[in-house]
Amino acid sequence: MTNRIEIRDLYKIFGSHPQEALKLVREGKSKAEILEEAGAVLGVNNVSLSIPKGSISVIMGLSGSGKSTLARCVNRILEPDAGHVLLDGEDITKCDQSTLREIRRRRMSMVFQNFGLLPNQTVIDNVSFGLKLRKVPQAERYRKAGEMLETVGLSSWASHLPGELSGGMRQRVGLARALATEADVLIMDEAFSALDPLIRTDMQDELLRLQHSLHKTVLFITHDFQEALRLGSKIAIMADGAVIRDGTPQEIVLDPQHEYVAAFTRNVDRARLFDASSVMTAEPVDHPGGAGFVIDGDGRVTGWRGAESDPPSPDFISVSPDTVLLDIAAKAAGRKGPVAVVDDSGRFQGKITESALLAGIAGTSEPQNKGRAHA
Amino acid sequence: MLDADTVYIPLDRWIQTAIEWIALHFRPAFRTVRWPIDELLNLIEGGLQATPPLLFILIFALLSLWLAGRRTGIFTVVALFVILLLGIWEPTMTTLALIATAIVICVIIGIPIGILCARSDKAWRIVRPILDVMQTTPSFVYLIPVVMLFGVGTVPGAVAVIVVAVPPLIRFTNIGIRGVDRELIEAGIAFGATDRQLLWEIQLPQALPTILGGLNQTVLMAMVMSVIVAMIGAEGLGLVVLQGLGRLDVGRAAIGGIGIVLMAIILDRLTQAVAERDPKKASPFARLAGAGRMVMGGRSRGADTATATPADSKN
Repeated sequence: MTNRIEIRDLYKIFGSHPQEALKLVREGKSKAEILEEAGAVLGVNNVSLSIPKGSISVIMGLSGSGKSTLARCVNRILEPDAGHVLLDGEDITKCDQSTLREIRRRRMSMVFQNFGLLPNQTVIDNVSFGLKLRKVPQAERYRKAGEMLETVGLSSWASHLPGELSGGMRQRVGLARALATEADVLIMDEAFSALDPLIRTDMQDELLRLQHSLHKTVLFITHDFQEALRLGSKIAIMADGAVIRDGTPQEIVLDPQHEYVAAFTRNVDRARLFDASSVMTAEPVDHPGGAGFVIDGDGRVTGWRGAESDPPSPDFISVSPDTVLLDIAAKAAGRKGPVAVVDDSGRFQGKITESALLAGIAGTSEPQNKGRAHA
Repeated sequence: MLDADTVYIPLDRWIQTAIEWIALHFRPAFRTVRWPIDELLNLIEGGLQATPPLLFILIFALLSLWLAGRRTGIFTVVALFVILLLGIWEPTMTTLALIATAIVICVIIGIPIGILCARSDKAWRIVRPILDVMQTTPSFVYLIPVVMLFGVGTVPGAVAVIVVAVPPLIRFTNIGIRGVDRELIEAGIAFGATDRQLLWEIQLPQALPTILGGLNQTVLMAMVMSVIVAMIGAEGLGLVVLQGLGRLDVGRAAIGGIGIVLMAIILDRLTQAVAERDPKKASPFARLAGAGRMVMGGRSRGADTATATPADSKN
């Protein structure tokens, strides 16, 4: 997977003398000491991150952790004080204003927490806002904006004002506006945080649905760990301006590495997060010739036996490696014997015993392999 | 002991000397400033005086009906007929021309300065104390330097009116633009707006209600000052009052006063109605701004985009 965006050694300091404060940071002083000595607030502290192409990367942190500041450094709404942001290898922090504008107009767009819609302009005018800034003729930009409204299911609201729409609908407008410029990098700053829980889940589904066909590179900022798990194929967790843990959701849940991160992962619903590949064992049988799966010369599973002496029975359950534990549990309920994990052509990948499945769901023993994203 | 009779700061003489020096050496500059005001005033007053009173009443009635509704429409008709029947139509039109001239120039000066102040803290740090002084100085104090620099008459009167009336517009424009939701500004920047696009697409439309509130204040200040400048020879309703006072003719002074009050109420209601209009119906000012944008957009596409300033479209 190639990286669309690379953030390298990024610092952002709020205060009247950022460079002096930066010197203190590099001497290894803490956030509190810097506030004390230089009167400056350390917003982003030496962050390096890679945002892979075509997937959703989440930056998760509580308020004041610097996550929104970091997001704003990526499109330079805020100027970073040190470090680099590379977009497709090009250093954004070194761009002149007009290059930067072109990047914002065509390659990167943004969705805001409180939607950021112009209250006195209609929905279609709001959606075509980015195109208007680019001086696209009105007919052309309404055509494009109309398409985007259709994508988010708001075609019939085109001539209404944002104030006449519900929160969820307004954020769909915000999303349509970001998509209308055809930028393929999307920065979503707490985009769903202002919405009611049910609407928020809807919007998460909508984003995943859109992402399934659009394959944008999304940088999603949130304070909600559940949301991060649901959306992100990569998650970076921030505290006090620094990234303290990053990786796939499964990696982070399996190994939080940090007391602060562990506090978030403790209540995670593992049954939905982990898949077959994370709890399976590669050996088809307990010991050579013992109980287990019978495999033919092509690697396909032909049957199962409960004990050495039993004849192989064709009655067994098989799942694909990316089936989540919850679905495996539902399938296996009331049946005897282990579950076979097979690939698309039916070749044996691994075996899941009842106890491994339960342990994986309960989190009592570590799943053995780090599975892929399932959120 | 410090004896205040012999030791004092001769500030009065210094100021007098300074003003005299400026008047002597910069008279051509002030003549130049006078010229556009003179032209505009003559144009507006010529138009107003040439309009038959009944036609004028009809136009104003329709305007207030459209902008502010039935009640204000009826009030406008009644008030204008009272002014006509009191025999003070001509000075009322002169006062209106004076105010209209001052407002046009206040808008041309005030809104760009307000925008500048909103965008630069440094500019606001300089302008703010000046506005404080301008707004706390008693308004007739302006008359003396105006007379020395511009002479006497209606045009110098207009200058004094402008000086008194412009501060609220600058303040409200500044506040209006600074008060625009931060997220909207960020949205503009994130989608690649230039400074000018940010101003025209986001800041001015969002700040418009506040700016129009400032315009209402400016109109009222202009109305008040248009009376006071009768003391330096400006014609109009103020002169009617002044003549009444001079001859101890209480009746005439009162008639002038009634005319002033009626005009002030009409102008206040009209400008307030514009400021408070339902945003869904495009206000006439918004339409004007839209037209200005189109003119600017059309021109800037061909020409260098950096040269046009917000003030251009107001001209």
